[in-house]
Amino acid sequence: MKLTVEQVRHVAKLARLELKGEDEAKLQGDLSRILESFEALSAVDTGDVPPTARVFPAQAVRPDEVRGELGVEKALANAPQKHGTSFAVPKFLD
Amino acid sequence: MDALDGPIEELQALLASGDVSAVEVTKAAIDRVSKRDGKVRAFLKVDEAGALAAAAASDARRAKKEARGPLDGIPLALKDNLLTLGLETTAGSRILKGFQPLEDATCVRLLREAGAVILGKTNLDEFGMGSSTENSAFHVSRNPYSLAHTPGGSSGGSAAAVAARMVFGALGTDTGGSIRQPAAFCNVVGLKPTYGRVSRRGVVAYASSLDQVGPLARTVREAALLYSAIAKHDPGDATSSDRAVADPLAELYRGVEGLRVGLVTEALTPELAPRLRAAGQAFEKLGATVSEVALPHTPHAIATYYLVATAEASSNLGRYDGVRFGHRAADVKTLPELYARSRSEGFGPEVQRRIMLGTFALSAGYYEAWYGKAQKVRTLIVRDFEKAFASVDVLLLPTSPVPPFKLGENLADPLQMYLVDAMTLPCSLAGLPGLSIPDGFTSDGLPLGLQLISKAFDEATLLRAAWAYEHEHPYGEKAPVFE
Repeated sequence: MKLTVEQVRHVAKLARLELKGEDEAKLQGDLSRILESFEALSAVDTGDVPPTARVFPAQAVRPDEVRGELGVEKALANAPQKHGTSFAVPKFLD
Repeated sequence: MDALDGPIEELQALLASGDVSAVEVTKAAIDRVSKRDGKVRAFLKVDEAGALAAAAASDARRAKKEARGPLDGIPLALKDNLLTLGLETTAGSRILKGFQPLEDATCVRLLREAGAVILGKTNLDEFGMGSSTENSAFHVSRNPYSLAHTPGGSSGGSAAAVAARMVFGALGTDTGGSIRQPAAFCNVVGLKPTYGRVSRRGVVAYASSLDQVGPLARTVREAALLYSAIAKHDPGDATSSDRAVADPLAELYRGVEGLRVGLVTEALTPELAPRLRAAGQAFEKLGATVSEVALPHTPHAIATYYLVATAEASSNLGRYDGVRFGHRAADVKTLPELYARSRSEGFGPEVQRRIMLGTFALSAGYYEAWYGKAQKVRTLIVRDFEKAFASVDVLLLPTSPVPPFKLGENLADPLQMYLVDAMTLPCSLAGLPGLSIPDGFTSDGLPLGLQLISKAFDEATLLRAAWAYEHEHPYGEKAPVFE
């Protein structure tokens, strides 16, 4: 399947990536070739085959108890920018 | 120091008798890294102070007759996508440069509790995405057997550090072959345990239904030692298995008399068949019964894996947003700009390519045809193995369809690089344990690996079969040459 430049831009927007012009062209070519080579998958008969999301069943859910709280200082320790006891982000509401 | 080149068992005897101390061994290992790693570049960071402190603590325990077992005082390395408290963890990515974990990964904690000395963090393809370490944001690692060649990936730094005798063993992670392939390329043993056998807590996520931690070591026995230390149920990982762990050392030397071994038909290509048949004959000589077994959906493993893994990655890597940790773009005005620019500045080209592929496969209008289809074919791959294991105990196939390739050789063409994973992906998609052992060299002296796969949670049989083969074919003993 060949991707158009518009499709590449749409996917980049969904993925929150900011592509430069030359990256767009490169990705358009790479992804198109990769998807074309994956097209053989569509010929596999999967009529009533269920999908596999995980190979073994999940373990029992553990009790919903609060434990091992991080604390504000640790939680903010790796924040590139903070404001008091909060993560700082650009203003997004007027 | 000679003790660095011998088996762990020998070093333990020297430590126990007091002929050598853990601090001396650790200093020798640090010295060896300084002599050899300028060429190999296996490490991203060597933690000299932390390693020496751990070694001193080990010596103190031993003096009080409180040594903790076979790994106490033994220098090991960790792939840099395993969180280490007090030691920067980057996952080979610019986006995590400077990241200081708030806790140890469970597997790291278990190794520390066993008394191991953590020498440092090893290089990898960014987030584990690659087969050569060439996707590391920091530098490329080299194969100790030929510096012009790749050590494999993504755990290439761990494999190279073990092969170059800078450490006795290392942990890696394997999502689609990232322990087994570099182990094969570097002439060491690499074990990917069953999915869920080792906790993923504190492992930087790539594809959560596939990621698994495992050991790289110089011998099967030493791989079993490391595996035993980290294979444990962890309530901190909901996919961690609570099944009892069979002690792989208990029956390691029992041999393979009566074991049913299957050669994977799909791997019997003109190029690969001679070596694989030779391995089969070797097992036959050891008393195993050998047959050929088909895994008919193997040709679809690459497409299946690269759709499933990238879809999961596109979701997992959503956490890198420039807000809570990691790289943040400067001078942005809006929140969407902050997200997009931080990510595009922080992620390398292959990671962005995989995020794009995965996002596409999950996007409206394409989900069913791509991601949904891949999940169904994954079921067929799982069933292939179920059928195969009805008649055999262990499957044999090459670890890699190609010997170690030259650095730069596959870099321009991502699809070419994906093809390198063809032999390791089916096992990963089925969540089964797989292991690579040294299987000789090409005429140019480049290492080759033999892959063994067993039923889920049957690592003990896998290691027993591998030990029997290794015992007769000790290719791993041939160390790389450093002047």
